[in-house]
Amino acid sequence: MPIATVEPSTTAQEAVGTSSRLTKILGFACLAGLAVLFLLAFVLTDPDERVDEATNIVTGQFDAVRLLYVHFPVAIVTYTAFLLNAVGSIMVLWKKSTWWDITAAASAEVGVLFCGLTLVTGSIWGRPIWNTWWEWGDVRLMTTTILFLIFVGYLAYRRTMTDSQVRAKRSAVVGLVGAINIPIVYKSVEWWENRTLHQQSTLADLAVEDLTLFAMIFGMVVFLGVYAWLLIHRFRIGWLEHQAETTGLEQAIAERRAQAPDAIRNAVTQARSSEPETGVHQ
Amino acid sequence: MREIWALTRKDLLIEARSKVVATQVLPFAMVILILFGLALDADRSSLRSFTPGLFWVATLFAGILAIQRSVSVETQSSAFEALRLSGAPGWKLFAGKALAVALQLLAIEFVLALGVVVLYRSNFADPVLVVTAALAATIAIASAGSLYGVLAVGMGVRDTILPMLLLPVLTPVLVAATRAFDDGLGTTAVNGWSWCGLLGLFAVVYGAIGAVAYAVVIEDA
Repeated sequence: MPIATVEPSTTAQEAVGTSSRLTKILGFACLAGLAVLFLLAFVLTDPDERVDEATNIVTGQFDAVRLLYVHFPVAIVTYTAFLLNAVGSIMVLWKKSTWWDITAAASAEVGVLFCGLTLVTGSIWGRPIWNTWWEWGDVRLMTTTILFLIFVGYLAYRRTMTDSQVRAKRSAVVGLVGAINIPIVYKSVEWWENRTLHQQSTLADLAVEDLTLFAMIFGMVVFLGVYAWLLIHRFRIGWLEHQAETTGLEQAIAERRAQAPDAIRNAVTQARSSEPETGVHQ
Repeated sequence: MREIWALTRKDLLIEARSKVVATQVLPFAMVILILFGLALDADRSSLRSFTPGLFWVATLFAGILAIQRSVSVETQSSAFEALRLSGAPGWKLFAGKALAVALQLLAIEFVLALGVVVLYRSNFADPVLVVTAALAATIAIASAGSLYGVLAVGMGVRDTILPMLLLPVLTPVLVAATRAFDDGLGTTAVNGWSWCGLLGLFAVVYGAIGAVAYAVVIEDA
């Protein structure tokens, strides 16, 4: 069954950019939000220090905890992005929707970026806290790395196909198989408690201090805004690419059709001129 | 069942006549085992303790070749079109192809098992656990491989994109199979049966997804 297409409101030729008033407002709001988040993370919140009353020894993550105001939100955005890819993949298979195919692809691309950021920020945080850049025994780090590789493969796979209908259908299957790993990554610290250095969720039971909790949730909102901004722009690029493919094909067919009478005329003329002049009809 | 077995039998018959797996994939698997031995400086105690991981990495690499072979026999002479026209439902086509791959993988694993006993002096302390884990892992690999094999059909870059797509998806299977073999070979004290349960879950999930999705992806193969 052919993939359903929606009539374009603007053609590829007419479009001059991917921004709109809404995305400009969202973009500036995100920039302001990021500035506030960095103020919260670096100035307003305290370093993580706990004093053992019995021994008077100070323990904790100290200033390294400030990185978690970025690490945790980008990890949440990673899950969101790959979940939207899964929803888009289901909609492609169910409704044969081009709109959802482009949304799924855009979300996967932004998700790979945020998943990479999650790994990098986690690695930088792990150096002072775990005393290593990379911990093979940590099940969440490993499952997140696998998730990253699966969606890098998904993006590479999409680039191998030129037929948009085949690409949409096949990519949806790959995206859905990849999505199996999302709950595994999320639940890994509970399922393999003794094989991780990651802590279990403390936000749900509000086991963190007020301002820390606020900074975490604020960071999540800001990075979700950044994700939405990137997603909208990537979607619009994808939509323009799709229209360029469609109109490009239609234009090529029209040009070919326009050439047809000349081609036929030339072929007939050529055939006639090559006929032997002494031909006799019997 | 008749359609499934007919398809499996067809693939096994092609293999019996062409002997690609027997003369190319199996020797390749043994080459991997020998290369591991040389790379680890022939330290037998290290080899013995790494046997579970090395065994499954060798199986995955050889399995990729077996899966590519299973797909390539269908791309010749528009055989995929004949499969679609056969009237058999997609899940039966998937089951037939996956079963053929699984049987070939089991043969590869059997030879590799002999290889690690002879070359690495490994000892199968719990054969029941080893065989159960191998069966579950093989079903998971064959199911995911058969589905992804068709997804890579019709591309100029099929040979490179298939490992790129398939290996990350099979990584959980690799980890679980290695842990189960750790217990089965007595190299590490872990609960192999719980890992075996996880392997069974992956076999069911990949099998179910393959059975459902095969009809969709084979349309354009």
